[in-house]
Amino acid sequence: MFGSITADMLVAILPEIALLVVVLVVFVTELLLPERRRGALAWITAGGLGLTLALTVLFARPGAEGELLWGGMLRHDWLAFIFKIIFLVSALITTLLSVGWEAVWRKGEYYVLLLTSTLGMTLMAASGDLIMLFLAIETTSIPLYIMAGFITGDDKSTESGFKYLLFGAVTTGVMLYGLSLLYGFAGTTNLYDMAAGLAAAQIPGPVLVGTLFLILLGFGFKVALVPLHFWAPDVYEGAPTPVTAFLSTASKAAGFAVLTRVMLAAFPSILADWQAIVAVAAALSMTLGNVVALTQRNIKRLLAYSSIAHAGYALLGVAAASELGVISVVYYFLAYTATQLAAFAVVIIVWHKVGSDEIDDYAGLSRRSPLLALAMLLSFLSLAGVPPLGGFIAKILVFAAAVDAGLVWLAFLGVLNSIVGLYYYLIVLKVVYLSPPKDEKPVPVMRTHGAALLVSVLLVLVLGIVLAPWYAWAQASAASLF
Amino acid sequence: MQLPILSAIVFLPIVAGAVLLFLPPKNHRLIYRVALAVGLIAFLLSLVVYFSFDASGPRYQFEEQYNWLPALGISYHVAVDGITAPLVLLTGVVIFTGVIISQRIDDRPREFFAFLFILASGVFGVFVALDMFALFFFYEIAVFPMYLLIALWGWKQTREYAAMKLTLYLFIGSLIALVGALAMYFASGLGTFDMVALEGANFPAGFQNFWFPFVFFGFAVLGGIFPFHNWSPDGHVAAPTAVSMFHAGVLMKLGAFAALRVGIMLMPIGAQTHLPWIILLTLVNVVYGAFIAMVQTDFKYMIGFSSVSHMGLVAMGFATLNYNGFLGAGVQMVSHGVMTALFFAVVGMVYDQAHTREIPKLGGLVKVMPFAAVAFIIGGLVSMGMPGFSGFIAEFPIFMGLWSGGYPLIAIIAAISIAVTAAYILRAVSRVFFGEIPAELEGHMHDIRPSEKLALGVLCVIMVTIGIYPNIILPMVQAGTNAVLALLGGA
Amino acid sequence: MDFINSHILSLILFSPLVGGLILLLVPGNKDLTRRLALALSLIPFVFTVIAWLGFGAAPEVDGFRYQEQVAWYPAINSSYHLGVDGLSLSMVLLTTLLSPLAILASFSVEERIRPYMALFLALETGMLGVFMSLDLLLFFVFWEVGLVPMYFLIDQWGSKTGERELWAGMKVPARRYASFKFMIYTMAGSLGLLLAIQMLGVVSGTFDLIAIFQSWPSLTGSLFGLDIGTVKAIAFWAFTIAFAIKVPVWPFHTWLPDAHTEAPTAGSMILAGVLLKLGAYGFLRLVLPLYPAEAQQYAPVLAILATAAIIFGAFSAYGQRDFKRLVAYSSVNHMGFVVLGIAAAAYAAGTQDATIALNGAVLQMFNHGISAAAMFFLVGVIYERTHTRDLEEWGGLFPLVPIFGGLLIFSSMSSLGLPGLNGFVSEFLVVRGAWPVFTVLTALSMLGLFFTGAYILKGIAKTLHGPLNEKWKGHLSEITRREVLVLAPLLVLMVWLGLWPAWLLSVINQAVATLFG
Repeated sequence: MFGSITADMLVAILPEIALLVVVLVVFVTELLLPERRRGALAWITAGGLGLTLALTVLFARPGAEGELLWGGMLRHDWLAFIFKIIFLVSALITTLLSVGWEAVWRKGEYYVLLLTSTLGMTLMAASGDLIMLFLAIETTSIPLYIMAGFITGDDKSTESGFKYLLFGAVTTGVMLYGLSLLYGFAGTTNLYDMAAGLAAAQIPGPVLVGTLFLILLGFGFKVALVPLHFWAPDVYEGAPTPVTAFLSTASKAAGFAVLTRVMLAAFPSILADWQAIVAVAAALSMTLGNVVALTQRNIKRLLAYSSIAHAGYALLGVAAASELGVISVVYYFLAYTATQLAAFAVVIIVWHKVGSDEIDDYAGLSRRSPLLALAMLLSFLSLAGVPPLGGFIAKILVFAAAVDAGLVWLAFLGVLNSIVGLYYYLIVLKVVYLSPPKDEKPVPVMRTHGAALLVSVLLVLVLGIVLAPWYAWAQASAASLF
Repeated sequence: MQLPILSAIVFLPIVAGAVLLFLPPKNHRLIYRVALAVGLIAFLLSLVVYFSFDASGPRYQFEEQYNWLPALGISYHVAVDGITAPLVLLTGVVIFTGVIISQRIDDRPREFFAFLFILASGVFGVFVALDMFALFFFYEIAVFPMYLLIALWGWKQTREYAAMKLTLYLFIGSLIALVGALAMYFASGLGTFDMVALEGANFPAGFQNFWFPFVFFGFAVLGGIFPFHNWSPDGHVAAPTAVSMFHAGVLMKLGAFAALRVGIMLMPIGAQTHLPWIILLTLVNVVYGAFIAMVQTDFKYMIGFSSVSHMGLVAMGFATLNYNGFLGAGVQMVSHGVMTALFFAVVGMVYDQAHTREIPKLGGLVKVMPFAAVAFIIGGLVSMGMPGFSGFIAEFPIFMGLWSGGYPLIAIIAAISIAVTAAYILRAVSRVFFGEIPAELEGHMHDIRPSEKLALGVLCVIMVTIGIYPNIILPMVQAGTNAVLALLGGA
Repeated sequence: MDFINSHILSLILFSPLVGGLILLLVPGNKDLTRRLALALSLIPFVFTVIAWLGFGAAPEVDGFRYQEQVAWYPAINSSYHLGVDGLSLSMVLLTTLLSPLAILASFSVEERIRPYMALFLALETGMLGVFMSLDLLLFFVFWEVGLVPMYFLIDQWGSKTGERELWAGMKVPARRYASFKFMIYTMAGSLGLLLAIQMLGVVSGTFDLIAIFQSWPSLTGSLFGLDIGTVKAIAFWAFTIAFAIKVPVWPFHTWLPDAHTEAPTAGSMILAGVLLKLGAYGFLRLVLPLYPAEAQQYAPVLAILATAAIIFGAFSAYGQRDFKRLVAYSSVNHMGFVVLGIAAAAYAAGTQDATIALNGAVLQMFNHGISAAAMFFLVGVIYERTHTRDLEEWGGLFPLVPIFGGLLIFSSMSSLGLPGLNGFVSEFLVVRGAWPVFTVLTALSMLGLFFTGAYILKGIAKTLHGPLNEKWKGHLSEITRREVLVLAPLLVLMVWLGLWPAWLLSVINQAVATLFG
């Protein structure tokens, strides 16, 4: 089926191979290390991810034109490449943030799950075939279900994992049904033959739209779009915070990578319909996410709802269905991932000191640890879309894409939502800067956490100030879809 | 090889702000000195820009352009023209004096000055930006530190409310304008955000008529235009002194300027369609602001509403769309900026010592702080449009603009504000500075520090100089105005 | 010398202001400050005398001499353009003459002398500027600028006692009330002037008076969708109201008694002596040349108001118990004659009667300046000694202070218009000129003149004659040499102008003839 394996094909899956090696290394080392020294696993995982990242960036760069490899199973193009980088960075920082998290950080299986899930994501971003796509999604999701419920003694964590699993299973099933319908209509599982197949079969529009709905149900669940968002706050809150960070960044990005690719590749015939569906979903997600976030007292839940809203913003780029739209989605996830990771880094650091995620416990953080507060300021302002931070550029780009595509109403809705978002981000910052601290002592920062935070914040700044290189990446990704 | 002086001005404060954040937090004296040095350098640089601007030279001077995001036609393109050169100076003045006035900040001064400098960088950036994207970039940089500055160091009673209100108002305005700007970008088909290029885009009339209000009002919110002025007095009052100075002195000009730069200059047809009714809103600003100021008993609210009134004149000048109006508005931006910075500085000094801003509870302060009193009186005279001071030089052409634009009735109604302004200024002067010092303040008041006198002195000198020798600023503003008029078809 | 000749007006104009600044900067004790202020205030007077003497020889362009023109606000075509004719020069002379006297009269001020004197000098610059400006914008600049020092002089150095109720029991010191009223009245009154000036500037494209004199009156067509006649009529009233408030013409006079009463003595001298003349000067310099047709049309209205001012001013003066208020109302009465003369001249423009009335009006401005200054000063002198202005509290003071009494009677006679003294000449001229024009009104004014006698005599009688109020015995000191020195030049002028008015009239007449001949 594959014919002969060429060097190209191997290069294309270089990240996956590397990740697999890391998984094996972690497995083996765990057996060798005594219980109390298994913290070193975090370093091994981090080192492995760093190495993978380096290898990917250095050697796995695709050509300007994407190519289908492995019998059409995988596509080696810039979109996949950029998203792989996003996953790897996210996984790397998550690993660093996991250090010291008692429930997880000395457990080899945790890192294995994390790496496996990352592996699944890299495949998701690259999959060019429905079969591959489904397998990749499952490879990603199953470890995540487990990770979400990882703290076995904790009711919330267990609830979180179970909820995620149940809803995940149901929506995946529905999606699978949609995928098989699609296969039936088009007579092919390959995404890139899909459009032609569907056109040849002359499937009536409404039927196709119905099928699309089923598929979108699965995707929407993954990225927590309204109305498929309900799991997110509970799962985010219950899961160990590093896992939440990973869930809300890499997992969401993976969903968008797939969404963008599938929609553009497979459904050009019902462009207007899916644009409308996506636009409505974007509007709902932005609005509901932001409005509900207003009332949250728990920072993880707040970030959960805000991430729902952010998915909505990013969806503006998808709804634009244009090159600029894809560019904006890619840029959005570059910026959003860095920002969200920075925010979670702060949450984790603070948790280690105060043992709580209540926003009130952030009171007076700026008096206790001014630099930590500053990092939080930058990440939250980036979420709010304030220059010179990555979030600002990302937001401008999605709005631009929407305006360009004639979706001016959506852009205005996005504007209004940004204001709502700004409001609750500022409320948190107000607590951080204004409220009197309950405890004057500085919050200690572990060196690993500090490094993770510093890297994330620098990324946020760099993405907001130096634009051209990242934009060129995003442009290349977009070009590979059109 | 020309020195990149504008970039130096734009980035000096923000870099200094970043550096400040890493100074030892307890060493207030060091922090203040560093801040003062930065403020002084910024002031001197802005003076250099102002005085080496050649009014008869090319339209844009000190131009710098670097690629930023060439794929979208975004570049870091900065220059000053005849309208912005004075505004850059104004910003330099306000940052310098603002730092001096803030010497008494003792809660986290490091963060205070850092945020203040970020704000200053944003302001400088907007004034010099020739790229629409850069303009927005800096515009929002200028807006968001306001939240923290007000919420953290502001007046305890209202600061949280006021800071939030202000931030939300301004952000929503700027984002709405942003959508308009994006629409322009795509409609132009030029693939560039460069405003000089976009000036030649000749958008279709229907497009301009639709989008102009979004862009204009989006920015004019920051200029305090009625009915979106509501955030401004609250913000002024709640803000710490230096921030009020910045806010009323410079930030509001930012809004007016951006409305001109992006709205009127890029969509002249839209401007011609809409401004004739918008001018009525500005009239409300002018007259209503003055009346509301008159009934305030809080010293700072009074000044806050006076800003609403005076900024209405700026918008009104723009709205006349003719030479006189633009000229006056250009000068008024500087004049009002300096004047209101001075007002807030004095109010801050009074409040610092008296711990009240209720006008009836103050009195006789000329005996303890004569310098501040005289400075306030000079500011008051500027505010009243008294000849011999900059306010007159600015307001007179605005009114002429109304006449030549064919709005005699508006000129007549707006003139009421002059008398009202005189009334509330005189009332404040005589209640606060003259008469007897109330018993509860006796002994608590002392003179202001020499550095503060220097700050007030600088502001006064500017107002008097412009008033007596208007040519120090006119040729420049004229040059800028003529360029704008050329875009409007020489109207 | 060349420099002085070519910049004589600027020198006159700015020497007081510069003097004021010098005064603020030079340290020294009170006495030194006072003397320095006096010396500085004499400088503009000296320059004025030089200008006066060389007036005939100075080259005349468009009817104005000593012209200077420098770009000031080129962006809207306004320039620093000065020039004088006989009309303005006589007012300049009045100003520079009264200012040193007022400063000499202020030697009794004890608190914050330095700012006081500096404000006084600044005020002088403001007033002079109005008289010299040949640019509409510049005229307005000085017109308004003069308000500020006067405001502070009243507000800060005015009478210390007295309160006024504003509303709901809220009380403010009387001087604050008076200064505020003065400022707001005048500023509000000037708004119309400001707007009209803007409109003129826009329509004419320049603010230069000489250019506007030529273009504006002959303008035809329509403006702002209105007939030009309507626009002109509105603008005419805008100008007129601003000037009428300043003069003040009845019924716009209510600020005046308050301001006069509360002002420090020297402030009242200048207020009555010069500031009121600004209004009248505005009529002559701007209203008549710019709106000849409108002025003619509405002259009867003005004349009626002037007559009302004469009669009601006299009645009101008679009704006062407060000596200073009495003198203040007498200003309303006397300035009424100025306006009457102007109105008559406007109505009968071009006739011999007009010229006579106008000459009378201008001379009356000068005369009133002298006599009102003297009267206010004398009231101030006695107030300083008795700390009351209530006529009922005095009585029979003549034996105690014979010199003062003599001076008071003398000045009063000048104010009354006794033949042989200055007031008679000018009032006669006005009445003579106005008689054929507005016979009935002039006749009524003559009745007013009768009451002038009544209130003046009342003032003298209540103060100097009648039974002696015993409490002043031994407590009242005679007028000092310095105070006599203040009065002396005024008294000399009263006699001189009464006997030989020609030296001034010839200069005035020249201007009147060129302007309105």
